[in-house]
Parts: sequence; structure tokens; C-alpha cells
Amino acid sequence: MITYPEELEKMKKSTPARIGIGHTGARYTTSSALSFWADQSKAADAVFSEVPQSVIQDLGVLEVHTKCQNKYEMLTRPDWGRIFEKETQQTLLRHCVSDVDVQIYFGDGLCAPSIEANIPDLFPTLQMGLTDRGITVGTPFFVRYCRVNTARTIGPLLHAKVCCVLIGERPGLLTSESMSAYIAYNARPDMSESDYTVVSNISRYGIPPVEAAAHIVDLIEEILRKQKSGVALK
Amino acid sequence: MNLKTTLYGHTYLFSDIKEVLAKASEAKSGDTLAGLAASSTLERIAAKAVLADLTVQELTEHPSVSYEEDAVTRLILDDLDQNSYHQIEHKSIGELRDWILSSSVSGRDILALSNGMTSEVIAAISKLMGNLDLVYAGNKLRITATCNTTIGGENILASRLQPNHPIDDTEGVTAVTLEGLSYGIGDAVLGLNPSIDTFDSTLSIWNTLGEIRDKYQIPTQTCVLSHITTQMKVLESGQGKADLCFQSIAGSEKACNAFGITLEMLSEAWKMFLEDGSAKGPNVMYFETGQASELSSSAHYDTDQQTMECRCYGLARHYQPFLVNTVVGFMGPEYIYDTKQLIRAGLEDVFCGHLHGLPMGCDVCYTNHMPVDQNDSETLLMLLANSGCHYFMGLPQADDIMLMYQSTSFHDVAAVRELFHKRPIPEFEAWMIQHGIWKDGHLTELAGDPTIFLH
Repeated sequence: MITYPEELEKMKKSTPARIGIGHTGARYTTSSALSFWADQSKAADAVFSEVPQSVIQDLGVLEVHTKCQNKYEMLTRPDWGRIFEKETQQTLLRHCVSDVDVQIYFGDGLCAPSIEANIPDLFPTLQMGLTDRGITVGTPFFVRYCRVNTARTIGPLLHAKVCCVLIGERPGLLTSESMSAYIAYNARPDMSESDYTVVSNISRYGIPPVEAAAHIVDLIEEILRKQKSGVALK
Repeated sequence: MNLKTTLYGHTYLFSDIKEVLAKASEAKSGDTLAGLAASSTLERIAAKAVLADLTVQELTEHPSVSYEEDAVTRLILDDLDQNSYHQIEHKSIGELRDWILSSSVSGRDILALSNGMTSEVIAAISKLMGNLDLVYAGNKLRITATCNTTIGGENILASRLQPNHPIDDTEGVTAVTLEGLSYGIGDAVLGLNPSIDTFDSTLSIWNTLGEIRDKYQIPTQTCVLSHITTQMKVLESGQGKADLCFQSIAGSEKACNAFGITLEMLSEAWKMFLEDGSAKGPNVMYFETGQASELSSSAHYDTDQQTMECRCYGLARHYQPFLVNTVVGFMGPEYIYDTKQLIRAGLEDVFCGHLHGLPMGCDVCYTNHMPVDQNDSETLLMLLANSGCHYFMGLPQADDIMLMYQSTSFHDVAAVRELFHKRPIPEFEAWMIQHGIWKDGHLTELAGDPTIFLH
């Protein structure tokens, strides 16, 4: 029995935190336990699942993978998740145009479902917004077992001024399909982590993909103009 | 110095003490990533055998990073109590382990000498301990500290109330704080991680938490976990106060620099909060740690992550903190992969923190990209509740909606208190009883209703 039920409703509206769930003894009630377990499982599945081949086929882009051969290596070897075998690099050089203003590519990262949930709206809007402003956009592709720092290889490989990786971000219980855009000017192996400009929480539950695309276009334009990104841009 | 041993007909030869420490360490994915882990379980045991015969002196004279190169090493060595050190310098690590576990040796005896142990010595002792050894030894150690109230008393299990919000909204933060208080959470600290690190957000939340503390006359401490420089600027401005000063710390000077801190900065902040903070003290610092922050900033000097973590405690004890906790599963599966590694890390971190003389707590947590779930953190929570762990975190249903990780819940803290006959800090417990949410060591029906504090 809540003393002031209307006040509790107001409190619940003020935060997405899981408050006002009650208790039985010092434990959760069955319904709130099931709710937690369901949300936590969804988050874990988002990490451990694979992006289906069909999703990539529908996007109509080339798929490559990093040095990681499987999900376990992806999660335990961040050093492998940022590099490509020689053969893969050759494939990318053959398939993609070089010397562009912006190279955009997609990565599963820590959230495979984010690709299907966001890329179909995010990428075309991004590409259109950039080409409308006379900014050249490279050939998009999908990287499986992808870490953010693949940008350190991709940028120099394809001679792109700006590298933008759209990558699945670590899921929480609030959302299991969100992604981030990591954008770097002059991405290269010895760049600093603080050189990335980041837009995070892109999903229908956070920043909707189309809105995020507009924001990213503005950022990329500024980055190209000022010839720097990340902390230096502030 | 003997770096060789034979086990089942196979001879193992290690090149230096650092290699022995690393290979003697229980399996962690971070050590594998760093190329430091034992290549087989028998090699691991061989390293432990070699470690057991190394002396306190040998370990003390070979710190992970040289005295000349590293300010953390200098602090730990300069702080060493020479009287205590001379009593134990010729003992082997194995002998020291046996002594610590012995029934005739009390926690007080141990703590009287642990100020003569460097972090490498303490790490070494823990590497010779099984999980039950760590709990058995750790339970002897009684360490108290006082900010406004005193933590670490006999059978006291305190809690941090962590009212995080995606955009630090005052109403949202207040709602979560009242919810947590209604479960008896927050006797260690009302401590929020701000979503943006600015002067204004730190000041605003210091004020929000301070107002709640004062309005309901809660005997506790307040803290905002922004960067230490931000907290210093706000305190200096005179526009607001908090009880505790927070900072994340690391086990090497280079790793501390990657966090944007120097030891001079820690000293300056310590002095400021002692003089101008709102707490009565004398313990006003709050540190968080976690295995592998040094590796992730390439500042580990080929040292295993557990030894580096211990050096955080050697650094922390200089500042006489009120609270220190490891955020055990926050770094991710690259460093601590699964349940087995998480449980081991939690137990060794809390034991080593205690052996350093720290009021050591634990954020029992994991991220969703580890093959770990809430059952596993509940298991670790139950183990640590029996290890004399000073405090845990309390969050709404264990879900941090800003930092996107899973910790422990208001319910979890209440449950382990009930189960293992632990109590909140006495003044806070009296406050809980007064508000009708706690009786005879149990939550009442009224508990869990945050609206009892309204009107």
C-alpha cells in the first residue's frame, strides 16, 4: 500500500530507473523479477547474437571481418578487432573508391541488432545530407567483429579525410538496439582516443536515426572545415 | 633469489619477480591479452611455489615500476613503516600466509604489521590464497573510518545509494534517492555519477543531495563523482559543499595521468576537503578502482592486472580514505571474462584492500557483453557479505540507466543484511527505525514506499 500513489506515479515519470516496483520480503515480486530477467536477457542476446546475412544482403553492401574469427575472439581480443588480414585489405581496396572526403562503414560492435534497427534509415539520410553539401562519400561496407579502432586502419587504407564508423554500442536494459557514430579526422594508427567525435544513443528509444543523421552531417561538415575532430574541436 | 622449481619432473625457470607474480596470478583474460598469463595451470602452480619461497625483502626491493620512474612506487615505499617492515622482511610469502591464517593471530596483529607490506607483498600473499582463504583471513580484519558517521564496525554492512540519471534531472535524482532511502540504502554515501562533467552539474547535485540529507536529517555523507578537478573548483568557489571528495585511481603514475590526475592533485584536494568540505572527518576521500585500468591505458609495465590493482590500494591508503571500492566487472570481458574470473577478482580485491588497512567495499557488477548474469553477481554478493566487505552499491533493481551496466539493488543489500545478520551504520539504522522501514533486522511493509518522505 503506497501512501501517496499519485506522487509515486509522478516520481516514476521523472526517471527511467526501475523504481516503485515493490518487494516481497527483501526480494523482487515475481512480475518485476520476470521483467528484469527478460530485459537483461535481451541485452545479453544483443551482444552475443550475430547480424544475419540477410540483413547485410538487404543493405546491399560488401561484408568483411576483422582478424577475429568469432564472437568470443571479438569480446576478448580488442587488439584483433581493430585490424584486418592483408587479403581483406586488398578486397576493400578493389571494392571501394579511394580519396574521398568521408568513409562511412558499419560495424556490429557490441550490439548486432542495432544494424538492422538503424542503418536502413541512418545511412541513406546521412549519405544524402552529405552529398547535398558537396561532400564526397565513399563506398559503404559492413565489418563483422568490429571495434571502433578499425578506423585507424580504414582511414589511411582508403585515403579518406574523415572516417565515420556506425557501430553497435554496449546494450543496457533500457535499449538493446542502439549504436554510436565515431568520427575522426585523419584517422591513423597513432591517433589518440580523444580524437574521436562521438554521437551515442542512436536508436528509436534515444536519438532517432533520421535526427541523428542530420546532426552527424553538421558535425562532419564542421570537422572537414576545421580539419580536426574530438576534444580539439571543442 | 630462487626463480626455479620442479613440479612433477618438469623444471620451470622464471626470469624475474614480475614474471613470477604474473604467472602465479589466477587466470584473467586481461593477463592473457597482455601476454603475461601462465601458459598452463601447472605453470601457474609452479609460479606460486616459487612465490611462496620469495621473501618480503625480495618483493619489496623489486617493485613493478622502479622508484625513479614512478610516483606511485615512491609513495608506497616512502610510506612503509620501517619498524613493521623489519619484523617481516626475512619471512617468505608462504610463511606470512600461514601466519595470517593462524588461529593465534588476530586481525589487530595483522594490521599492526601490514603497514610494513608493499602492495607487491600483499598481492603475492593473495596469490597463494584460495577463495576460502581470502574470506577466512579477511574476516579477521576490523577497519573503521569516520566522515560524518563511522563505517566498518563489527557486523556493519553499509551501502552507497547511487541515484544516477541519464541527464542528471533533479526530480529524477530525488525520486531514486527517496526510493533507495526507503529500503535503508545510503548509509555509506549518497553518491551520484554525473552524466556530464561540469562545474554547474556538480554544484547542482551537491546541493540536491545536501538538501535531501539536511531536510530528512539523514546521518550520512554526500558525494558527486565528477573529476576531482571539477569538485575542487566547485569547493573553491564557495558556492557549495560536499562531505566526500571522489576520484578514480590507478596503480602507476602513467595510468593516473591517463585519468587526468597527479598525486599532487590528490594531496591538494585532500587538504581542501579536510578544511572546507561539509564533513566532520577526519576521513574525507572516496576512491574507486578496478583491475586492468593500467593495461587499458598501456601503463602496466608488464605487470599483471591484480598486482597493479593492489598498487591502487597502496596509493589510496596514503590519503586515509573513508571509502574505497573496486568496480569489479566494469572493464569488460577483455579483462575479466566470466563468472569464475569475476568472483575471484571480487574476493582478491576486497581481501587485498583490507590487508592494506582500507575500509574496502565493492561494486559487485558486470556489463552485458560478459557471459555473466544477475545470478552470478548475486553469488559474489553473498560471498563478499561474509568477507567483512564494508559496503555495496544500491541501485533501482540493479540497473544503472546512465552508465549502462548491472550492479546490485536496494533489495539485494537489504537481503544480505537480513540473511547474514548485518546492520546498517548505527545512526542510520536508528533513522530507519524512526521512519518505520526497519525492525528487528528486517524490512517492514512500509519499506519500499518512497512517498512516505513526502508531506
